[in-house]
Amino acid sequence: MSPATAQPATDRSPGLLPHERLQHLLDALSRSGYECIGPKLRDGAILYEHIDSVAELPLGVAVEQGPGSYRVDMTDSRRRFGWANGPQAIKPFLFAPREILWRATQREDGTLVFDARPPACKPLAVIGARACDLAALALQDKHFLGGTCPDPGYARRRDGLFIVAVHCSHPAQTCFCASTGDGPRATSGFDIALAELDDGFVAESGSDRGAAILDGLHLSSATTAQLVAAEEQGRHSSEVQRRALPGRNLQASLFANLEHPRWQEVAERCLSCGNCTSVCPTCFCHSEAEVPKLDGDSSLHEREWDSCFTQGHSYIHGFTVRPDTRTRYRQWLTHKLGGWHAQYGRSGCVGCGRCISWCPVGIDITEEAHAICGPQP
Amino acid sequence: MESTAKPKVAVHKFSSCDGCQLAFLNLGAALMQVAELVDFTHFAEAGPLAPDAAVDIAFVEGSIATPDDLQRIARVREQSRFLVTIGACATAGGVQALRNLANAGEWIAGVYARPEHIHSLDRSTPIAEHVKVDLELWGCPVNGRQVLGALRALLFGVMPAQENDKVCMECKRRQTVCVMVTRGRACMGPVTRTGCGALCPSFGRDCYACYGPAENPNTAALARRFEGLGLVPEAVARRFLFINNGAPAFRDAGLKSGERHDG
Ligand code: SF4
Ligand code: SF4
Ligand code: SF4
Ligand code: SF4
Repeated sequence: MSPATAQPATDRSPGLLPHERLQHLLDALSRSGYECIGPKLRDGAILYEHIDSVAELPLGVAVEQGPGSYRVDMTDSRRRFGWANGPQAIKPFLFAPREILWRATQREDGTLVFDARPPACKPLAVIGARACDLAALALQDKHFLGGTCPDPGYARRRDGLFIVAVHCSHPAQTCFCASTGDGPRATSGFDIALAELDDGFVAESGSDRGAAILDGLHLSSATTAQLVAAEEQGRHSSEVQRRALPGRNLQASLFANLEHPRWQEVAERCLSCGNCTSVCPTCFCHSEAEVPKLDGDSSLHEREWDSCFTQGHSYIHGFTVRPDTRTRYRQWLTHKLGGWHAQYGRSGCVGCGRCISWCPVGIDITEEAHAICGPQP
Repeated sequence: MESTAKPKVAVHKFSSCDGCQLAFLNLGAALMQVAELVDFTHFAEAGPLAPDAAVDIAFVEGSIATPDDLQRIARVREQSRFLVTIGACATAGGVQALRNLANAGEWIAGVYARPEHIHSLDRSTPIAEHVKVDLELWGCPVNGRQVLGALRALLFGVMPAQENDKVCMECKRRQTVCVMVTRGRACMGPVTRTGCGALCPSFGRDCYACYGPAENPNTAALARRFEGLGLVPEAVARRFLFINNGAPAFRDAGLKSGERHDG
């Protein structure tokens, strides 16, 4: 389409951001005070890291995922988002893998002073978040911000977060967001959403600040053909998914099958390593410990990611509630796909498939759920 | 505080390479601070020599592999309120415990020109096989964070937090990319105890289990996975029968894979 015939994108109607102008979006975000975080190819996987330039994005990279396997390939595609996901979602940027919560200092008279250590944080703009990542983010928000004691560190980082979503165009073999209802198209929770086409990005805003950034780019309207292509792409991304959970609410079925022999069978394959929970964008378990200074006068209170697959997770004084892998795997599945309904009003699985790809022995949550719950009505 | 009131600490060496003692010597400025908190009564590599003096805490490096080791460890135990093993040798017998799986006499005869000068036991064994051990620190070698953490906790009169999770947990906390999933490397992280900070995967190589077995290690599942990655049973056996071959979980797994090879 030639600029002469282009209509300016009206307020919140989709515009078209040509590939060669993607840098303008990054620049606009930087000018608004955001540090840009985008996908990069590092050590054989797509990771979210600091970016300054679109040249750092994974141009032409394709990713093949399967149970216990993740392989990248180079293609001559002009696309930079033609892959499904990497091991992280947005989680590590808000729920830090390790952080200091407070410092306790002992005064001369023996009394203790506590000082909270608000984390230094710069507003982040995450570029390339997927629909499943946004669904997971909404769940983590419920966990960390809901209730009477919102997590202050999470809240500060969350406040500053700007999200540029990219609708998924190349789901992995491990993806099943269509079955959980969380993707592949991002429908809410973003500031800007992009659909990547061969001739550019169909761009729409989902918030006032997103609209302000897009307005500043003075995009021309996307054509009807481009809108149709974006929609087609979304439908296709949904149709190609082969995996699915046996149902959206497995709570009753899982708790009716606590003695199913499959728990023991999967325990013989499972390493109880915690990779699945670590890459899961909704898992929030953590442990806390004191890290005293050598002089003994003060101590840092540290929080780090934990997992229902560790011994410490179910240790209560002198007793480990879940000493073996059977009970730990059962805890993971019954909580994620069962208990979450009662706690957060929905399943804890958004269908991202990460726990399947990043499990060193390729255990597939959808296969285990089918074996234990059977076909659902 | 008067210097005489400081707790006394000894660092003993048994059959080992001295690497774990470096965890103290490499502390830099922190070592000065440690010296203000405790008196090192015996630490041969650093200077002080009083192997038989009574101490509050004895750090023991090395395995029991000679007749002399056997006698000395009994004396160390008698003279120490708290005995802490440091490293794979003291805690699991070390790489030298491989001799336990072979005919040690034949090996010595094969290696040394004058085997009659070699005074070693047939087996290399961990300290806990001989005397009561109060705390075990794994690693080949242990690092400064571990020894300082243990020392600080003991000075407070408490046990340090135990580290028994799998290396994978720390690997993921560091956002390191898994070398097994992306490159098919036979990584021992899923059965190995954390403590190193998942060092090897952060440099793109597979963990070789120098921190010994984690709690609840599923060695059989990992061995099957290694075979799936193309390792022959003998190669799988070698992954387990290495630095911590004397740890029962690894020894059993290694011998089992070895049998599959021989059978
Ligand atoms: S359970 Fe697995 S597929 Fe579901 S959200 Fe977590 S990592 Fe993704
Ligand atoms: S399911 Fe896989 S990733 Fe999860 S604990 Fe078991 S072996 Fe590890
Ligand atoms: S690289 Fe090794 S230690 Fe790290 S997650 Fe993979 S298997 Fe575990
Ligand atoms: S990754 Fe494994 S081999 Fe490497 S230092 Fe850690 S425990 Fe030792």
